[in-house]
Amino acid sequence: MSAAYHSPDFSPRTIASIGYSLRALIFFVVFAAAVSSRLFAVIRHESIIHEYDPAFNFRATKVLTKDGYYRFWNWFDPTAWYPLGRAAGGTLYPGLMATSGAIYNVLHFFNIDVNIRDVCVFLAPGFAGLTAWATYMFTKTMKDESAGLLAGIFIAIAPGYISRSVAGSYDNEAIAIFLLMITFYLWIKAVKEGSALWGVGTAIFYFYMVASWGGYVFITNMIPLHAFVLILMGRFSTRLYVSYSTFYAVGTLASMQVPFVGFLPVRTSEHMAALGVFGLIQLVAFVELVRSHVPSKQFALLLRAFVAFVFFTSFAALVALTYGGYIAPWTGRFYSLWDTGYARKHIPIISSVSEHQPPAWPAFFFDLEMLVWLFPAGIYLLFRELRDEHVFVIIYATMASYFASVMVRLMLTLTPVVCVAAAIAISSLLDTYLDPQEPESAEDSVNSIAASEPVAAVSKPTAKGGKKGKAAAAAKAAAAADGDGVADDVADIAPSNEVVNGSTTHPVWAFKRAKESLGIYGLDSRVVVSIYTLVLLLVFVLHCTFVTSTAYSSPSVVLASRNADGSQHIIDDFREAYHWLKQNTASDARVMSWWDYGYQIAGFSDRTTLVDNNTWNNTHIATVGKAMASPEDKAYNILQQHDVDYVLVMFGGLLGYSGDDMNKFLWMIRISQGIWPEEIREVDFFTPQGQYKVDDGATKTMKNSLMYKMSYYRFNELFGGRPGMDRVRGTPTATEGPKLDYLEEAFTSENWIVRIYEVKKSDPLGRELPLANAFDSGKRRKRSSTASKGSSSSRPKARKGAAAAS
Amino acid sequence: MNRSTKVSRPPVSSSAGSASSGETASNAVSTLIKSYSDNTPARLKLIDSFLLFLILAGVLQFAYCVLVTNFPFNSFIAGFASTVGQFVLLASLRIQANRANEKDFPSVTPERAFGDFLFGSVVLHFFVVNFLG
Repeated sequence: MSAAYHSPDFSPRTIASIGYSLRALIFFVVFAAAVSSRLFAVIRHESIIHEYDPAFNFRATKVLTKDGYYRFWNWFDPTAWYPLGRAAGGTLYPGLMATSGAIYNVLHFFNIDVNIRDVCVFLAPGFAGLTAWATYMFTKTMKDESAGLLAGIFIAIAPGYISRSVAGSYDNEAIAIFLLMITFYLWIKAVKEGSALWGVGTAIFYFYMVASWGGYVFITNMIPLHAFVLILMGRFSTRLYVSYSTFYAVGTLASMQVPFVGFLPVRTSEHMAALGVFGLIQLVAFVELVRSHVPSKQFALLLRAFVAFVFFTSFAALVALTYGGYIAPWTGRFYSLWDTGYARKHIPIISSVSEHQPPAWPAFFFDLEMLVWLFPAGIYLLFRELRDEHVFVIIYATMASYFASVMVRLMLTLTPVVCVAAAIAISSLLDTYLDPQEPESAEDSVNSIAASEPVAAVSKPTAKGGKKGKAAAAAKAAAAADGDGVADDVADIAPSNEVVNGSTTHPVWAFKRAKESLGIYGLDSRVVVSIYTLVLLLVFVLHCTFVTSTAYSSPSVVLASRNADGSQHIIDDFREAYHWLKQNTASDARVMSWWDYGYQIAGFSDRTTLVDNNTWNNTHIATVGKAMASPEDKAYNILQQHDVDYVLVMFGGLLGYSGDDMNKFLWMIRISQGIWPEEIREVDFFTPQGQYKVDDGATKTMKNSLMYKMSYYRFNELFGGRPGMDRVRGTPTATEGPKLDYLEEAFTSENWIVRIYEVKKSDPLGRELPLANAFDSGKRRKRSSTASKGSSSSRPKARKGAAAAS
Repeated sequence: MNRSTKVSRPPVSSSAGSASSGETASNAVSTLIKSYSDNTPARLKLIDSFLLFLILAGVLQFAYCVLVTNFPFNSFIAGFASTVGQFVLLASLRIQANRANEKDFPSVTPERAFGDFLFGSVVLHFFVVNFLG
């Protein structure tokens, strides 16, 4: 036996202490990498909350830190969903706010006076570091420490996870992935040890997860599925009983404490798998116990039939209860994961969200780089050594891959398992190629195999020979460690005469076999493969940094563009408009906009909105859609019924900002068509050729709709009265711009992205507003009338913006 | 479903046997009863009697819920979940304290199992009391 290279000769204690300090160093570096790679947006722009949903989370956190926990728990928000209001405390997942509130309070207890906004902005990077640690612990139970460290490194910088956890992305996912991994780790630990302590620990972190993210349903179905598969594989053990039962009994009750979840765990189909497996596991455990007392074979068969019978009966009962309406069927959001065409047909509001579309394959490579092809290799390696916990990773990988391929957003739950599997693959590769142990070289194996071969032949004929064979095999194992002197050792134990006979006949074909034996010889192959792997890992880091920096670190509140000379140009129209609303309108003014902007208006402008991103009332959203899609007079009725003071639209035609309301307009039409099919019809907005046009060829319905009028009002003036150029749709606009009778322009931002209109009061003389408008102007052009009546503060601003833009 | 559980109670198992009938079954049931009373240590029997009590309490609550009213539904859930949860924790204790299962639990001694049981029960009853409303 020889080694390819010799590692320095340290005592075991020295090696252990070097290992500890290396691990500490690696953890420090991984944590630093996880945090610092998420700070691009903060360094480039400023420390602000980015997207739509975080705006609400931030607002709720401010309520929590300002008014205390009880006020937050019972918080009724009268400024959202205007006539209805929203019982916010009972319709949110409070885990995120409670976490940052707790961090805020701890820091203030130690007189570290941080702003709550900074706590919220930097929460996600901090928790990303914890996720790396949890993934390390999880992977450690799957393979070993080195695989765990690799998995920690991967998850710390993988873009698939960074995309939802950059600084400023104060969303539920920020802490949810950490909780997901820690819950899974505790579950694996509970199954391995069969300890009720870890089972209850799993339940407690499951509770934290339920309080934090709606994706807890994934855990609720993953863990029972794991238990169920283990039972089907015949791997039921008392350890499984202890861990699963304690987890389910405590975890389910705990999850019901969250007001938003309430009785769902006993009433909806999403949670029935967990209940069913709980029942099954009780049954199986009972039957196993009875079997241990009664040895009869027939009785055992009877018991098995009994288990199968009860299982199918209760399954039928479950189906019957679901049909009978006692158990709620799948909600649309989950059902659309199975029937991928369902949402588009029946619930347009789900499919209108861009995150709910299936991804193309480049998205996988973009988000995971080399991990995406190491992932199947890692799963294969897990299959080869199929321990109970490996089954879990395999199931997790299968389910998460499916879900990620149905919905882009679920790439987030796939990323951890990809990191784990890829780390196992890479670490197995490095284990093999960094191991200095050489396989037995040709001459060595000639000796050793020559010695042991005949013994194997001897072991066949008699029981006595068999025993000797075993002894010889043990000797061979010892010899493999010793190296030389193999033949002597074996010869001592084995019957000497037969060995002598054998050794004379076998050397040649033993040599052949030695050539066939697999292994890595020499230093060169080791060095080449190790360096190649190292290069792969380095390229992975480069890719992750590049993707994070270019794709995932742009705040959506400010738009950044490059000037010709490479300097950065910031377009800050959103905040400009939101602050205008905050400073120039009555504090109880009602603002109507499409639901996307609801949270931001509430967060930045502090004004009452009609609909927001929490789409709990589809009809109310459809009402807003109807107002936007109706002609002005009909829309005016709706606006008056809802006491709307201002209407806000996004318009990107001047700048080429494609996420504007004209592009979302079709979804507004579809959503309101679902409620009022006879009043709003999608076909009316298309030309007879089926085109969605905004120029002269646009249909009459389109030109009369409130959205069209608000978007293109005065747009042609920018181009000196000639048809303007809409840079998003890529077409010229209509020759004659729209006129507004029931609304007047209150504010238009610098680049015309945000346009705010004030709803006119009804005429004091009781005339119809169009008539009054015509009378006031006295001419056909109505611009002068708005100029005389328009709010003085906004007017010059809009002019200036128009001048600057043209 | 979770009430037809894993205690070796004669009544439960006899219903299992009689459902499918047969000579072997009735023989087996008597063997089962005999084997149980002979081979089970006293402290496991003590646990089993507690388990039986929990089953009865659970059945009673469930019957009340079905027959009379489920009106404060959270109270029913809390009460019922406390019996189910306590049953499960106790059954886990029984499994871990059983000498026959020693090889399944290399890291759990009976004393440690009792500690786990106490911890689990405290957590469970914290949630139960919080949910009673």
